[in-house]
This record gives sequence, C-alpha cells and structure tokens, in this order.
Amino acid sequence: MAERESVTLVVFSGELDKALAAFNIAIGAASMGMEVSMFFTFWGLNIIKRNEGSIRSKGVMRRMLNFINRGGSKRLHLSKFHMLGMGTWMMKRLMKDVNFPQLEELMAMAKEMGVKFIACTTSMGIMGISKEAFIPEVDSFAGVATYLAEAREGRVNLFI
Amino acid sequence: MKADATLDCIGLYCPIPIAHTAKKLEELEKGQVLEILADDEGIKEDMPAWCKTTGNELLGIEEEGEQYRLYVRKS
Repeated sequence: MAERESVTLVVFSGELDKALAAFNIAIGAASMGMEVSMFFTFWGLNIIKRNEGSIRSKGVMRRMLNFINRGGSKRLHLSKFHMLGMGTWMMKRLMKDVNFPQLEELMAMAKEMGVKFIACTTSMGIMGISKEAFIPEVDSFAGVATYLAEAREGRVNLFI
Repeated sequence: MKADATLDCIGLYCPIPIAHTAKKLEELEKGQVLEILADDEGIKEDMPAWCKTTGNELLGIEEEGEQYRLYVRKS
C-alpha cells in the first residue's frame, strides 16, 4: 500500500454499547493497516475519563454535573435496558461468556495498535472537565479544525 | 494445506480474529503462510475483505462443521 488510509470516528455518545461499537470499528480499521483517530466529544468524553478518584471542577453547576455525569469506562450504561444496572451487568456477563473483551480491554488493544485518542476541548470547557480527569492514553486535546483536517483526508468518517 | 504458523481464534468474535491475524502476520516473512482456526461465521466474509484491503493473499477457506481453517499468504 502506498499512503496509509485513514479513519476518523467522532465519538459523541457515552453509552457502553456505542463505545463498544466505536472501539470495534477502530480495532478493525487498525488491523487493516489504516490510521485511526477517535475524537471524543460531549458525552463521549465519559469513555476516556479515568475510573479512579473524583472529577474536580469549579462552580456549583459544573460540580453537580460532574457528580451526576461522573463517567469512566467502568461506569457506562447501556443505551437500552440498563435497568438500574442490572441490564448492563448482564450484558457484560454475556460478553464474558463468549470471551468477548470488556471495553477496557478493547481500549487497551486499540491503543496498542496505534489508535489516537483526542479529547474535545470545547466540551471540556463547557462541562468544566480538566485534563487530569482523563486517562493518560489520551494523545491530544483539540478542536473541530483538528478533526476536520484529518477527516477530509480520510476515507471513512463516522459519527457515533 | 501446509502452513508456517497457526493461529487459534476459536471462540473469538469480530474484530479479535482479524486483529490477531494482523499481529501474527507481522512475525512471519514474506511468502510464508498463516493458518487461522476460527468459528465466528463472519470470518468467511471478513478475511477476504481484510486480505483485499491489506494486500495479503487468501489461499483458501476450509469448512469443517462449524469451524473454519483459513490460509493467508503474507505479501
């Protein structure tokens, strides 16, 4: 292959099932020799928040938001049938049952294959989330121009 | 068919088999053949698509009941 083809994924949603789909595609694309960038924005930021500690932010409203919307890969809900956690727990069990990796394993795999994680600074600013809230695997913090500059070169563009 | 290496992907679902195939093939030399054992039916369509994109050669797929043996030559 001449130049590497590229894939850009906008991960807007912060639900477990959608995150699984996003990482599934990212790993598939990386396996096919493509360069993959994942842009996490809005609720999607929850996927790349670290699971430990609390999220610090300024102001009552932002503190409240980050308390309710804590995020972290282990806290994500299914977009359907969460059922106070029972449905999500069951889905994780079903995945384990057929040896399908959990989200954290897929994320590690994607990273190992060179998939880039980019966090949207606008969403971070609005919601009052600092860089420290994210896992160290995040490669950069950027905006829409970074996404578009990569997307216009890419063959595959998805909004999840 | 004779292979230089075998990769066991029995019980693994998409995208893990192709991810493992990509990784394993890196260890092989050009022209060597990798045998992949799999039982996710999607692999019958996925491996040809993977090979078409990556430029590796799919030598064949053998079905044995609900399992598949796939042969890929590294180009």
